[in-house]
Amino acid sequence: MRGNFSTITKMFSAGVVAAGLIVSAPARAAEDTIKVGILHSLSGTMAISETTLKDAMLMLIEEQNAKGGLLGKKLEAVVVDPASNWPLFAEKARELISKDKVSAVFGCWTSVSRKSVLPVFSELDNILFYPVQYEGEESERNVFYTGAAPNQQAIPAVDYLMSEDGGSVKRWVLEGTDYVYPRTTNKILEAYLKAKGVAAEDIMVNYTPFGFSDWQTEVSAIKKFGSAGKKTAVVSTVNGDANVPFYKELGNQGIKAEDIPVMAFSVGEEELAGLDTAPLVGHLAAWNYFESVDTPENKKFIANWHKFIKNDKRTTNDPMEAHYIGFNMWVKAVEKAGTTDPDKVIDAMVGVSVPNLTGGYSTMMPNHHITKPVLIGEIQADGQFETVSQTPGLVMGDEWSDYLPDSKDLISDWRAPLSCGNFNVATGRCGGKGTN
Amino acid sequence: MILLRTLGLMLVFLVASLLPSNAAEADLRAIVAKFATGTGFAATEAVVRELAATGDPLVERPLGALAEGNLYIREADSAVFVGNEAGDSVTLLDPLSGEKAGDAAKADITKIKVNNTLRRVIRDALGTLTLRAKDPAVRIAAADTMFKTPDAANIEPLDAAIAAETDAKVKALFEQARAASVLVSDKPEADKLAAIALIGARGDRDALSLLTSVEANAQGAVKDAATAAIANINSTLALWDAGQNIWYGISLGSVLLLAAIGLAITFGVMGVINMAHGEMVMLGAYTTFVVQQVIRTSFPGLFDWSLVIALPLAFLVAASVGLIIERGVIRFLYGRPLETLLATWGVSLVLQQAVRSIFGPTNQEVGNPSWMSGSFDVGQLAVTWNRLWILVFALTVFGLLLYVMKRTPWGLQMRAVTANRRMAASMGIRTPWVDALTFALGSGIAGIAGVALSQIDNVSPNLGRGYIIDSFMVVVFGGVGNLWGTLVGAFSLGIVNKVLEPYAGAVLGKIVVLVLIILFIQKRPRGLFALKGRAVEA
Repeated sequence: MRGNFSTITKMFSAGVVAAGLIVSAPARAAEDTIKVGILHSLSGTMAISETTLKDAMLMLIEEQNAKGGLLGKKLEAVVVDPASNWPLFAEKARELISKDKVSAVFGCWTSVSRKSVLPVFSELDNILFYPVQYEGEESERNVFYTGAAPNQQAIPAVDYLMSEDGGSVKRWVLEGTDYVYPRTTNKILEAYLKAKGVAAEDIMVNYTPFGFSDWQTEVSAIKKFGSAGKKTAVVSTVNGDANVPFYKELGNQGIKAEDIPVMAFSVGEEELAGLDTAPLVGHLAAWNYFESVDTPENKKFIANWHKFIKNDKRTTNDPMEAHYIGFNMWVKAVEKAGTTDPDKVIDAMVGVSVPNLTGGYSTMMPNHHITKPVLIGEIQADGQFETVSQTPGLVMGDEWSDYLPDSKDLISDWRAPLSCGNFNVATGRCGGKGTN
Repeated sequence: MILLRTLGLMLVFLVASLLPSNAAEADLRAIVAKFATGTGFAATEAVVRELAATGDPLVERPLGALAEGNLYIREADSAVFVGNEAGDSVTLLDPLSGEKAGDAAKADITKIKVNNTLRRVIRDALGTLTLRAKDPAVRIAAADTMFKTPDAANIEPLDAAIAAETDAKVKALFEQARAASVLVSDKPEADKLAAIALIGARGDRDALSLLTSVEANAQGAVKDAATAAIANINSTLALWDAGQNIWYGISLGSVLLLAAIGLAITFGVMGVINMAHGEMVMLGAYTTFVVQQVIRTSFPGLFDWSLVIALPLAFLVAASVGLIIERGVIRFLYGRPLETLLATWGVSLVLQQAVRSIFGPTNQEVGNPSWMSGSFDVGQLAVTWNRLWILVFALTVFGLLLYVMKRTPWGLQMRAVTANRRMAASMGIRTPWVDALTFALGSGIAGIAGVALSQIDNVSPNLGRGYIIDSFMVVVFGGVGNLWGTLVGAFSLGIVNKVLEPYAGAVLGKIVVLVLIILFIQKRPRGLFALKGRAVEA
């Protein structure tokens, strides 16, 4: 076996690339359609989350076509499978734009996949709608961020825990998966907590690898940290599959939400579907949308989704709402611009306002982020979230965090004449740098 | 219909309130009815406090239901009920007497919302009320709650409860809860010092938590006593921590052993680099899921037996898939490791995508039977049942496998083929069949490992991916071809990993273990227990 490892890795990656190529089958169609690219992993680790988004996009496109299409033409979805392989995301994006000539792309989940496609989108001047909550510290002309920035999720969640309703938490465990989103979010949160007067010894930060499954040591460390006579809470940026064993271990070791609540940023209805939620009742999540939100728009959306996917047990979640908002914004901007030319659509996007599913309107801001309400929900025994707190108004996405020294002077405004994603107000020049 | 029912209920209320013997109950009803008028958590909390202040044991039912999220308001008449969900409708029960009061559609009633703060308030309120409950477990829970939320007002009811208590264990807990309350009261210093001694003797994390806050707020002798007690507890807990790390290591080792033991057969004994090994584990987990689905819909009473039923099925499913792979692909590739590696990698992708297409990409819920949920305490060490059972299970599987290999004719043939294929063939052993069955055995064992792993991990198409690297690591480290090596390898890797983790963190811990293994393999390329023989060299 010795010495064969590099060959083996090479063969692995060859296999992955091959698998990706086999699955993707771009459709060829007549000239009079508008093509929309869908860039979500349908195989590999991220398929669990991204497949749902692909289906949601297909549903939205079908609905739009039933309404008569766009600019008198039918919409046509072009689905590719980047197979959870980050470099393949860039290749597939290039294929969508150059070969299939799509007018806009909806896609990506992880930050690293987004970073991998950024150069492609700015080089070929196309549009990406990114639907997932992320760490901020970025604003690109070709990308519209319909998920939450840290101030639309993390900061209000921590505020809630500090409030009397949330239990007046004094001691904090920041538990995350070891990659860019948790690291940056925790950096922002740590700075924020310290600004609020939390002492350094009352904050514990811990990271675990992707797909981590043996949480015994971590959970008992949380228990230990929580027994210092102060109200303790866990803020979890644990990603994807690692959540299920994490919550199972919490339940088994008897950590109740009343004693040490866990506030999660990456756990939605979809993740809870694979879990017996009875021991988790009361643990929290912060999102901009819950399936349980009681509005006519949401009821209609859920009914359509169940009809489309032919399974009334399938849940809806926050990133699906983000695609719903993003897609409707794009449709509106194309109608406003009268063309699908990405350059014109990008300029028409700013200021577009569409209804969201929580009973209000979301507007695209000049920094290419949108306005959203922030909801805090508690896990219920039926796997749904019960909203226990909601921000009074809409929160505007803040791409450059005010709590990080490197980015506090930066703003983004893509309208002419500024047209800059990282304008430094202290030096008055475009081209500041963030933390990553 | 609803109108009639409402009228009837109102009549019941009227009669109830007219009867003089039920005067107290009527007062309670009036308070319970306030749940319907207020909005928001603060209003609900006020009603909860008012109910708790009555001290009437009757309030246990509505408060308990509220904490569970089972208290409803009927929209038609704003009456408050305890509800039991049954499909789309809810069975309504009277909040105080618990008598059945009709059904309602979910749309006609509103659930009273609770949050963590409210649950805490209710739990504290119920604590004092349930001190005299019949069930000792409820009394223990009450003592526990009162210990964690000490209040000077608790001393009196606790004194009464201690005097009436007959169970020595519960009595001791009551006395500790009383001591906790003494510390926050204005009792004399001598009482407080005695209380600290009592709590210090308890010696667990809750005691530590309590004493830490006492230390921060007290002065003089009490503070000094608290500091000394904390130091004492910390030094005992440090010992327990070390024990805990070892136990976690053993538990991780048992998971590694389960995942690797099938591979120890296919890779270790047969020398096939089987990249689809993890997918066999996944198939076992999905078999468990299917078994549980069938049980849930058809035989709900059998749920606690679901894992036992799933075991033979998972073995059969994984073994037959293994057999097909061996007959269809691997037998053409013996002696060509790189081709085998690529082919089985392809097979693993096919299996993953097949499962993804059939069951969908999302996680499937595999429930824990009651005997695998929760934990029990050994001193200050919390042992979770599922981990303990997995350890027992892993060792049992290992024992059985060892028996098959060492004591049965089939095992003898297997070892003969491994040691010297041509000689074995000359002696009349049908080597192709032995190969096929050995591979099926290894796959089948991976399948039953999947049943156990479905209890602690995600059941998703990616399940196997997480275990393949670790499995190879265990087998290579333990020594290819030696079952005992796999056992020792799994447990030593588990323990080293878990002892390192609290100091180095999970990420760095894993890296350190990998580096150690690489260094070890440099020194001893054949692993811990190297197999000796002529065939091995070939």
